[in-house]
Amino acid sequence: MGTEHAHPNPQAHDHHDEHGASHGSMREYVVGFLLSVVLTAIPFWLVMSGAIPDKQTTALVIMAFAVVQIVVHMIYFLHMNTKSENGWTVMALIFTIVLVIITLSGSLWVMFHLNTNMMPMSVHDMGQLP
Amino acid sequence: MAIEAEAHTHWSPLLGRLWLDAIPQEPIVLATFVVVMLGGAALVAGLTYFKLWGYLWKEWFTSVDHKKIGIMYMILGLIMFLRGFADAVMMRAQQAMAFNGNEGYLNAHHYDQVFTAHGVIMIFFVAMPFVTGLMNYIVPLQIGARDVSFPFLNNFSFWMTTAGAVLVMMSLFVGEFAQTGWLAYPPLSNLAYSPWVGVDYYIWALQIAGVGTLLSGVNLVCTIVKMRAPGMTMMRMPVFTWTSLCTNILIVAAFPVLTAVMTMLTVDRYLGFNFFSNDFGGSPMMYVNLIWIWGHPEVYILILPLFGVFSEVTSTFSGKRLFGYSSMVYATLVITILSYLVWLHHFFTMGSGASVNSFFGITTMVISIPTGAKLFNWLFTMYRGRIRYELPMMWTVAFMLTFTVGGMTGVLLAVPPADFVLHNSLFLIAHFHNVIIGGVLFGLFAAINFWWPKAFGFKLNVFWGKVSFWLWVPGFWFAFMPLYILGLMGVTRRMRVFDDPSIQIWFVIAAFGAVMIAGGIGAMLVQFAVSIWKREELKDETGDPWGGRTLEWSTSSPPPEYNFAFTPIVHDLDAWDDMKRCGVERPTSGFRPIHMPKGTGTGLILAGLSTALGFAMIWYIWWLAAVSFAGIIGYAIFHTFNYKRDYHIPVETVEATEAERTRQLAAAGA
Repeated sequence: MGTEHAHPNPQAHDHHDEHGASHGSMREYVVGFLLSVVLTAIPFWLVMSGAIPDKQTTALVIMAFAVVQIVVHMIYFLHMNTKSENGWTVMALIFTIVLVIITLSGSLWVMFHLNTNMMPMSVHDMGQLP
Repeated sequence: MAIEAEAHTHWSPLLGRLWLDAIPQEPIVLATFVVVMLGGAALVAGLTYFKLWGYLWKEWFTSVDHKKIGIMYMILGLIMFLRGFADAVMMRAQQAMAFNGNEGYLNAHHYDQVFTAHGVIMIFFVAMPFVTGLMNYIVPLQIGARDVSFPFLNNFSFWMTTAGAVLVMMSLFVGEFAQTGWLAYPPLSNLAYSPWVGVDYYIWALQIAGVGTLLSGVNLVCTIVKMRAPGMTMMRMPVFTWTSLCTNILIVAAFPVLTAVMTMLTVDRYLGFNFFSNDFGGSPMMYVNLIWIWGHPEVYILILPLFGVFSEVTSTFSGKRLFGYSSMVYATLVITILSYLVWLHHFFTMGSGASVNSFFGITTMVISIPTGAKLFNWLFTMYRGRIRYELPMMWTVAFMLTFTVGGMTGVLLAVPPADFVLHNSLFLIAHFHNVIIGGVLFGLFAAINFWWPKAFGFKLNVFWGKVSFWLWVPGFWFAFMPLYILGLMGVTRRMRVFDDPSIQIWFVIAAFGAVMIAGGIGAMLVQFAVSIWKREELKDETGDPWGGRTLEWSTSSPPPEYNFAFTPIVHDLDAWDDMKRCGVERPTSGFRPIHMPKGTGTGLILAGLSTALGFAMIWYIWWLAAVSFAGIIGYAIFHTFNYKRDYHIPVETVEATEAERTRQLAAAGA
């Protein structure tokens, strides 16, 4: 494809490349790499050292680190900003986030209901029945 | 009829579970097998005798031209439609006769496969290929592009879809198909209750075809976003392109969910995981929840493009600009989002509390608002228009009447207390056939009659089209109104035999409807045949037989390989109508060579290897699975070294084609 990019056909490409995405610099990649290493190392350390005694808190902290990690990847590796691809990238991101929130929160809500209503007792509780 | 309990325990390293007991012993299946084999042999012999293999391979199978791929999708859909309809007729016949102690002619094992296969085939291998084929053919032409963004990917997507269809068809003669219903709910679909290959066929057919669907979704989103002709802003896109965009966004967002659910079911079945089992923390209810997160957007994936078709047809045959273009666009966008907020209405009765049920009941009812707005837009487009009742318009009017009834029964089912009465009943079956046949299928028939002249250069025969229409539409009402009544009386779906003889008459009426529909399908095939036979009489030289409004009508019929010698420049909505009114001259000189993608057999080869992989996994032939998987990866890498992917259509060819077009237009007096 690349051999004849200056092909004599004016319309095929002229409106494609104007508002493309940026492709990043070495510095950006290094910063991104270091950040993601740090953001991965901390959760590992949290689990292995048991710095926070409560397991649920640990899990929540790790989740928070994961979210930050996602943002780092999007900015430093996917080079997302509000301007790339005429704003389509951000639109797609917002759409994805909305759908993910709907799916996750909806599923949690629904499954919580189903668990409560349809599985009223554990096997252990059943043994306690009179 | 004690075939159910047959155990299949044989396994060998070479053939896995595949053994002689995989060949069905039932006379019906054997007879079908013989007929299919004879037909297939005749087809192969015919193609060989007329030396058509080279032509098919070069011009079609390896083509990356979106128009040819679109047509191949439509052919795949049509073939699978005949298979799915055969299943439907078998069910209607069984239910019409199985009264008063009569067992009918299908045993339970066979009957359960028939209703499962009917659902799977009609959704995944009929509606999806039809819709994808339509979008593939029309969208690039409507936006003034020469092809889709990723032409090779398009070819690959088509062959992956076909590979899935091949696996489903194979299950008819080698082994069995799932007996679980079209969504394969666990625990029934778990290994404990479906021990043999049926569910595995289901899983692998869907996974492989799903790759194709997802990739074609990515492809078309990219095409619409990036490749519109200059001047075509978002709000100047034809409505069909808009609805296609929304459909493909839904595909990209929803199909990964299906892939994930299927993967979890796969590891449950193959590796002994417990995602959806009843024990060890698994929950079959989670499967139902997840699969409907995909399943509900799926029904909008199917219907949205057809809403676009009805918009194009209505405005063209009313000779008017579409009423309320922007409200149409916003209605489509609202439906796109709302389609993610309603999935629970498929399982109101599974045990959620009142708050959950009422939330999802209300969101479901809300979706009827944008849909209703669309219907009023079409009606207002027709209002004081100069309506021509050609075949596409007839199908559109039939759609409006039929779909409205289906939509209203849908709103009825959205009321949770009503759903507790009607859930899993024939009322539900009647409802979704009412919207899928009345919406998707009627829309496809409108689209086929509308765009056939564009694709082949001649119109379809009107007489046989009308015969088909008048058999199909009343046939539909005869076939499904009895099911509404039976559903209200409490008859559940998927029954094989009945005890109450008083309801037999309704099943007989439904069977009569199915026979009428069969007549309609037959008439449609005759319509195609007669039209091809008399194509000289039906010829359309202008490229614009209906007085079209959008860019696809500005090229010749069929369009040249490169679609447009010069990319059109768009100044208004309904660009071609605008050009005609402003008297834009077709350029006849100054042509340049055109840069085009080259065909490749890679898509077909990769899909063939995927079929082998699926077959090997279904039958536990591990060595073949490993070999074909390595083959897929290896060949895909090998293909990346193929640098001969493009060529230029020389300027002389373009000049000759365009000069021919000039002569054609002059002869047509346009």
